[in-house]
Amino acid sequence: MRILDDFSAAEEIVQDALLIALEQWPRAGIPDSPRAWLQTVARRRAIDRVRREARYREKLAELDRPILQQPDNRLELIFLCCHPALAPEAQIALTLRAVCGMTTREIASAFLVSESTVAQRILRARKKIGAAGIPYALPRADELDGRLGQVLAVLYLLFNEGYLTSGGASADRRDVVQDAAWLAALLTSLFPLEPEPMGLLALMRLHMARASARFDAAGELVLLRDQDRRRWDQRAIGEAIALISRAAALHRPGPYQLQAAIAACHAEASAWQTTDWPQILILYDLLMRHGPSPVVRLNRAVALRHVVSAEAALSEVQTLAAELDGYHLFHAIYADLLVEVGQHELARAAELRALTLTHNPAEQSLLRRRMVS
Amino acid sequence: MKYVLLFCGTPEDAAAFEALTPEALRQRYGEVGRWFQEHAAKILYSDQLQPPTTATTVRHAWAGGEPVVTDGPFMEAKEGIGGYASIEVADLDEALRMARTWPGRGTVEIRPAVAR
Repeated sequence: MRILDDFSAAEEIVQDALLIALEQWPRAGIPDSPRAWLQTVARRRAIDRVRREARYREKLAELDRPILQQPDNRLELIFLCCHPALAPEAQIALTLRAVCGMTTREIASAFLVSESTVAQRILRARKKIGAAGIPYALPRADELDGRLGQVLAVLYLLFNEGYLTSGGASADRRDVVQDAAWLAALLTSLFPLEPEPMGLLALMRLHMARASARFDAAGELVLLRDQDRRRWDQRAIGEAIALISRAAALHRPGPYQLQAAIAACHAEASAWQTTDWPQILILYDLLMRHGPSPVVRLNRAVALRHVVSAEAALSEVQTLAAELDGYHLFHAIYADLLVEVGQHELARAAELRALTLTHNPAEQSLLRRRMVS
Repeated sequence: MKYVLLFCGTPEDAAAFEALTPEALRQRYGEVGRWFQEHAAKILYSDQLQPPTTATTVRHAWAGGEPVVTDGPFMEAKEGIGGYASIEVADLDEALRMARTWPGRGTVEIRPAVAR
């Protein structure tokens, strides 16, 4: 009973052992210690059974979280390119090159680095894969969560890079945003019972649904609160929200599903003034449980300002000053709050700091315009 | 593939280790012992090393000439190597699984060995 957890299994094993005894003893003779013999046989069969059941349970677990393989090993390739043993910039370059088929030149122009930098990153990554024995294989079922999270992080990074620099897009530049969204969609089809890829795809689609309102006629960035919501793609928003519901039905909440839900709150509001901030705050509180990163806390503070007060948000934001000093959005949000409580001098200093920290021309222009007004 | 797992620690890790109560220390050694048992089939060789202060370094210059012998570890870095395990496993993911479950705290570096 110590090896097996259930009594009926134990009974069966004992019966088995007795049956074997009935078979063998007439031929081989009764062993010196029949009781010890029976115990040994029973014990061995119990161990075998546990082993078989463990393999059976493993197989069952695989059925619970099916992974549909591509005939061309695209999934193995994605996991390889996004392996945590590779540097993050290398993961991105490799994914764009090997999975999306982008040229080094296209990658270089998307990320504002030189072609040789991209080529070097890819070369180093390939060498590391060979030298360190990074496998070209699907991760084990018990490692799937972590590895999938890793892939989703790469895709989200990709998306964000493409999303922010798309303001200065030139005619022949490949749309990184489209590639990231395509990859996210691929993941949802390959992992039909995983909610987080669905969450990420919904999040991306919600951002994309607002794309035409993000820039004005002059090519300047328009903040969410000032966007013309009639220009939002309502059909895409509806589809994204349906996707979030499908994910939620799997009862395994996660950070991307939560971020998507937050974006959905904004997307569903017909105007900035009718945004359901209390709901957004609740979602941020839930998101904090998955990792209270300073950026999450910063974004939560924005919700806090609308639900409680600018002062409350300000004291929360001030606790993040050290950690987020290098983040331009920290200073931009800080400046916003400072203006609201009437601390204009400090606000201006924060805006200046924000300006020095971003290289995106559209963002720089926005910050400069705010400083003037 | 062969790898070496290097078990490293910062001075803070070393201090935390020194501060363990006899009971906690016993427990830690127990966990480490079990880890070695669990992975025995994959470990070719291993040693716990004496602290970096016991190290002696012999530095050979590329220009040649008499090597220089000094007291202390070769690394200027704050981390010191506390032990190593030479392992043979199928790939990096297997090595990572072992390194992830290392109960000794600190940092584990995984270095592939040159294939002979």
